[in-house]
Amino acid sequence: MKLQVNTLLALYSVLEFAADPQRHIPASEIAAKYGVSAHHLAKVLAELARAGVVESVRGVGGGYRFAANAKRLTLMDVIGQFEDISSVPHRGAGEAVAPADRAISQVLSEIDQIARATFSSITIATMLKLVQKAG
Amino acid sequence: MRAVRRADLDQVIALDATVTGVEKRSYWERVYRRYGHAPRGEQRWFLVAVAGRDVVGFLIGEVRDWEFGSPPCGWVFAIDIDPRVRQAGIGTRLLGALCDALRAAGVRQLRTLLASDNTLILSFFRSQGMMAAPMIPLEMDVQPAPRARR
Repeated sequence: MKLQVNTLLALYSVLEFAADPQRHIPASEIAAKYGVSAHHLAKVLAELARAGVVESVRGVGGGYRFAANAKRLTLMDVIGQFEDISSVPHRGAGEAVAPADRAISQVLSEIDQIARATFSSITIATMLKLVQKAG
Repeated sequence: MRAVRRADLDQVIALDATVTGVEKRSYWERVYRRYGHAPRGEQRWFLVAVAGRDVVGFLIGEVRDWEFGSPPCGWVFAIDIDPRVRQAGIGTRLLGALCDALRAAGVRQLRTLLASDNTLILSFFRSQGMMAAPMIPLEMDVQPAPRARR
């Protein structure tokens, strides 16, 4: 499974903010760390702010900070803001569908279901533990 | 945190019914007979968390040997925490007690099986360090037998 660039940037950012929830982190700091333009990242952070995952802090030392509950926010909650991982095309009800199409669609749906279950079961708090373990 | 007693069973049944919405007394009677007083060396555990006189959580696990070729490993197949006292570390302590027992029994792996939409319990096990196992659960519908021709 491959996530889109913006989704990955959102996940990196959420993990950065959640690791130090009291700190206001400038977007430029995260952009530099992950080698992306601050302008590009700003769009991602704005989306996260709209979803209530982070909040922007104005003024000196401003930036963004974590605004969610790390023990409740799941990877799916973040990913779902940026892409639909149930990407299997479903044919219209009245449309003629070949049996092979139906069978392939069934298998792809199974894979999507497992991916959704995995993303929905891993909270940001759990991810932070995994990050620490991987380090 | 202690081993279950016969007098706890009504509260265990009530807690399960609260969480699942289904009362299954005969099932729990059978579970109690099998796991409630397992002989020494049987490697089955039915643990309860108690606050005062109230059972506020329970966990059941065992060692399964060579199931589908797998070396002996621990299984946890039931865990419930009273919704009023969640987020207090009770599930973590119950699971920790099972892991201690498994460790003492020489078992080094713990597994469980959950519905993919049971995100609450899935998240709990994930938070305890569980990852996907190298096995895939499968199921199929057992079709009704075709009607016999007269």
